[in-house]
Amino acid sequence: MSQYGSMGYTEKVMEHFRNPRNVGEIKDADAVGSAGNPVCGDLMTIFLKIKDKRIVDIKFMTFGCGAAIASSSMATELVKGKTLEEAANLSKQAIADALDGLPPIKMHCSVLATEAIEAALKDYYSKHPSKS
Amino acid sequence: MDTPRHINFDYAAGYPVDPEVFKAMAPYFTERYGNPSSLYALGVEAREAFAEAQIRVGELVGAESPEREIFFTSGATESNNLALKGYAFRNRRKGNHIITSSIEHISTINITKYLERNGFAVTRIPVDKYGVIKIDALKASITDETILVSIMYANNELGTVEPISEVGKITREKKIALHVDGTVAVGKIPVDVVDDNIDILTMSSNDIYGPKGVGGLYVRLGTVIEPILQGGGQQRGLRSGTEDIPSTVGFGKAAELAKRRMPDDSKYTSGLRDRLVKGMLNEVEDSYIHGHPTKRLPDIALVRVFGIEGEAIVTELDREGIYISTGSACASKTLAPSHVLESIGLNEIQRHGALQFSFSRLNREGDVDKLLSVLPGVVKRLRDISPVWKFKDRFLEMYTSEEEEEFEQF
Repeated sequence: MSQYGSMGYTEKVMEHFRNPRNVGEIKDADAVGSAGNPVCGDLMTIFLKIKDKRIVDIKFMTFGCGAAIASSSMATELVKGKTLEEAANLSKQAIADALDGLPPIKMHCSVLATEAIEAALKDYYSKHPSKS
Repeated sequence: MDTPRHINFDYAAGYPVDPEVFKAMAPYFTERYGNPSSLYALGVEAREAFAEAQIRVGELVGAESPEREIFFTSGATESNNLALKGYAFRNRRKGNHIITSSIEHISTINITKYLERNGFAVTRIPVDKYGVIKIDALKASITDETILVSIMYANNELGTVEPISEVGKITREKKIALHVDGTVAVGKIPVDVVDDNIDILTMSSNDIYGPKGVGGLYVRLGTVIEPILQGGGQQRGLRSGTEDIPSTVGFGKAAELAKRRMPDDSKYTSGLRDRLVKGMLNEVEDSYIHGHPTKRLPDIALVRVFGIEGEAIVTELDREGIYISTGSACASKTLAPSHVLESIGLNEIQRHGALQFSFSRLNREGDVDKLLSVLPGVVKRLRDISPVWKFKDRFLEMYTSEEEEEFEQF
């Protein structure tokens, strides 16, 4: 049997889908970003707390398939505690790799998370132009 | 991988073969392996088995001369190909216009696209919010060039039954051929090719607990179509290739059983369907049933939940050993949304929450109750992490349904 189980997902994807980390909303977020396309059926909103150019807290909400939810969860884990520069450099491949792979047709789900982070950073820099 | 013990609400994806059908087929794999084209006794035996299957399938749909009107193919897809291409190419000197609907099965859609690339003009008539074709639009689209109308008997996603006898009256009067894709209807509800003026009818074996890999095509005597396979001229030249006797016998047996069991099965599956739909609408806030409220198949239901995505629900239920299907693009091979749900006016966000249920005579009341005990929790968990659910008002404003006016434009 391949690494992909029922539904074509790895155990790690299933684990993050079933128990997503960092779910929710940050009411006094320093930055908020959304990404996704309702036609494709995924939408992600990400909330950041930022201190000294570092992501000190992160929360997300995602509408989407199992891969979209798992990718969102994994992405938040990967950038939590990281500098804004490190977060900006997170690649979709790094998210997929951290999940032990995504089915080829679901690779675009990992872009959802990188685009949401990008949107949140853009939001932050637009509010704090001096920090970019 | 072993198939775990499961509860299936996705029989439309594949039915098990009925044990009686399996039993009827068995001898034709081993002892009765003759070729109907052979003149000696072994061939005669095969020929008789084939004719018997034609009669059984013909009886299910009211064919008057089954031995001359029932053909066997590799399945409903091939039947649709033979019907549409075979009729269009054979009759193109009469005209080049074909009318079909916007909610046909993907095989019909792709065949008509192929015909468009080969010089035919195709009109796809719209449907109302229940998925019922607009008869006025059909009438209005008929021209002197129209040679063929192809409409499904019932829709596989919504379960809505189309007004085929009304269509048949129109096509008969206008001397236009009528092809009907009866894949999900034949054997589930009464279909009569004579009463409904159907000239060509596509039928599926597996959908009535027969084997996969075999389908049927009824072609009314006098309706001329050309073959799409060139070969040894079997089946009156319309479908070359040595006849698959075991599958044909299986389909014949399945047709016989379907005819006999239809009243009871229909009552039984519609009871389970209603239990599930009622339960879901009661237990899950913001859930909706689609399809026609009364003109519907007994065994299909499409229920939509707002604010979450269907593939995630399918994934969660799979863990519980419960199999369902979704109209969400995320679960499809092409990531394309369901054209049927689009045709009935559902927007992107709504379409992604569509859950399709198809029942069989093997489902039990306990299956429905188990689903109803699990589903509300799954929906709640996914809604708790969904921005669409949390910021519902904003999303509802962004994606308002275009409702009926869009359909009325035709």
